[in-house]
Amino acid sequence: MKMLGADAILRSLEAEGVDVVFGIPGGAILPTYDAFARGTTVRHVLARHEQGAGHMAQGYARASGRVGVAIATSGPGATNLVTPIADAWMDSTPLVCITGQVRSSLIGTDAFQECDITGITIPVVKHSWLVQDVDEIPEVMKAAFHIASTGRCGPVLIDIPRDVQEAEIDFVYPDTVDLPGWKPPRRGHPRQIREAARRISQAERPVLYVGGGTINADACEELKELAEFGRLPVITTLMGKGAFPETHDLFTGWPGMHGPKWSNWAMNKADLLVACGARFDDRVTGKLSGFAPGASVVHLDIDAAEIGKLRNADVPVVGPLKQILRDLGSELRRLSESGTPAPYAGWVEQILEWRDEFPLRYATAGELVKPQAVMEALQAATAGRDDVIWTTGVGQHQMWAMQYLLCNEPRTFITSGGLGTMGYGVPAAIGAKAARPDATVVCIDGDGCFQMTGSELATSVLENLPIVVVLINNAYLGMVHQWQNLFYDDRLSQVHLTHAIPDYAKLAEAYGALGITVDDRADVDDAIEEALGAGRTAVIDFRVDPQEQCYPMIPAGAAALELIEYEEGAENENVRAF
Amino acid sequence: MRHTLSVHVENKPGVLMRITGLFVRRGFNIESLAVGPTERPDVSRVTMRVDCSQHSLEQIEKQMHKLVNVLRVSELGPDEAIERELLLVKVTAPPERRAELMSLGDVFQARVIDLGPDALIFEVVGTPEELESFEELVRPHGIKELVRTGRIGLGRASAKPDAGRRLALIR
Repeated sequence: MKMLGADAILRSLEAEGVDVVFGIPGGAILPTYDAFARGTTVRHVLARHEQGAGHMAQGYARASGRVGVAIATSGPGATNLVTPIADAWMDSTPLVCITGQVRSSLIGTDAFQECDITGITIPVVKHSWLVQDVDEIPEVMKAAFHIASTGRCGPVLIDIPRDVQEAEIDFVYPDTVDLPGWKPPRRGHPRQIREAARRISQAERPVLYVGGGTINADACEELKELAEFGRLPVITTLMGKGAFPETHDLFTGWPGMHGPKWSNWAMNKADLLVACGARFDDRVTGKLSGFAPGASVVHLDIDAAEIGKLRNADVPVVGPLKQILRDLGSELRRLSESGTPAPYAGWVEQILEWRDEFPLRYATAGELVKPQAVMEALQAATAGRDDVIWTTGVGQHQMWAMQYLLCNEPRTFITSGGLGTMGYGVPAAIGAKAARPDATVVCIDGDGCFQMTGSELATSVLENLPIVVVLINNAYLGMVHQWQNLFYDDRLSQVHLTHAIPDYAKLAEAYGALGITVDDRADVDDAIEEALGAGRTAVIDFRVDPQEQCYPMIPAGAAALELIEYEEGAENENVRAF
Repeated sequence: MRHTLSVHVENKPGVLMRITGLFVRRGFNIESLAVGPTERPDVSRVTMRVDCSQHSLEQIEKQMHKLVNVLRVSELGPDEAIERELLLVKVTAPPERRAELMSLGDVFQARVIDLGPDALIFEVVGTPEELESFEELVRPHGIKELVRTGRIGLGRASAKPDAGRRLALIR
């Protein structure tokens, strides 16, 4: 069928089953936006900044498991997408970014809004294309979706010059891809899986160390079956949060820099770590040489390059986690039928003892609202609901959200883990809402983060993608404040943002959203109830205690057991009942 | 430790940048790099010499395998492969020194491919080690300019087909 390249882009998106894309038009992508105007089944959500569009596409992808799509123009439009692309790269989020490029004849001439975006993004994409011929569009689009979503998920970029969008093509969408150099592993090796099962069956203190790869692989059911059959404690990373029910008795918390002490004890005193789609990130391990010193490692991952990258794997298994975890479960069953004992009966009880001994604590003294108390109120207000999706920015509020909000389902905690992108929360929430219109999407954000992408409130209101923003407004760039306090003798440098400028509730109202300011503890619950029930975009500005810090904390470069704790003994102390 | 890698790639724009970028990101220096066509018009071969630990080499090899345009990565082990390099050197050669230089060249089967009033250009093909020896021998005569292609290599014909050790992939 004859059509323009621009129409071929949309027909390709339709063929891939894309229902929503996020973007902003501009000169070099105009022909494609004209194709939107001619008609398509694809909904376009108009963002206010390309970074917002990119994070929306990420939020969409993370909430749905489908590929997120972001569209931008050339030059600054494309460079504004670089942060979401890098974020998707670090967090293995399937993302297809389509950018307009200046006309082919102008490429390389420093033309207006020209930028070598394929060159700029090479270190942070799985693959990219500069489409030089309109006839390449269908196969490139097909390959882009295939590469983004197979193997280890991640971002790809398609840069399409304006004249290519305007050229005519006889459109046929291919059924298959021809990518001789792209062959993700299809099965974990049976012998390795048998060896992994043998190790698990002989371990005394095993821990399943579960990362976001388990969610990407849609392997959470298999994980649960394996854990329950083997009575294996499960620790989930920030990216893996929700992969295993957090109210389960085998749930062992979150590891690393701000993980609870009992979780880090379990991880570091284990004699066997079974890493499932996790990558031994420095925020998890602390000082690598001091991490889980007595543990041997079974490493299950789709990406061979993660095996042995940071920690040697005694038993590596490369392949899709769904199959690997299922086969590992069967193999464990076979071993138990043949009478191999499970010698670690006391281990889970030991961890539960640590859990009771080392709960999360914070002081409740004083007048000001405590951020942890806001989290507890949110948890209480949403407990038992299965329709809540959390997104976060990056910083203290993110860590409190990890510690206090319990997720029992995968794809319900959407956060920037690897790149640590402040400003991720609001646009990611909008994208998640587009993916899951039935869900109540709540963004836990900091005042610093919110000011980076808060303009997307307009998108939320005008596109009818309502979200609730819970602003943990502590008047500071809180995590930087905490580091300056702990490691720079409390010399505060360029971290004070103030509680009141801007007035976030007024700002929300200006965007047509509901704005609520809370600076009294007595109002916390009512504000949450009002915002969750509002049925429209709402921002609750919780003006919290600026001095509150996030504990426990493993200082960067320290071993995981050398953590800094909240000093016990304050009179009014809240002990988090787990 | 030094390693020679042979990388089969699809002949597509940007592929060299993607490969070299992996090395740059990890701070490894590429000592030599040669890219050229192969027996298949759609496939090029990149031969690179790098100095890194075995652990780093394995990591970078696995990262290279993830590149969509990379078809195969193998290491050319010194005992299993033939390696050659081409050198052009312009040497000061006043008429009274020419004969001495040319007999020197004969030892290395170097060809004189250009001759001027007071300089000549040698072309030498050999193992990188032979080229280094030749370079040292002519240096006292005065090297005006010198260029080397970087090494290329193939697995030995006596070895199994597709020779060149395919780096261990954990699959």
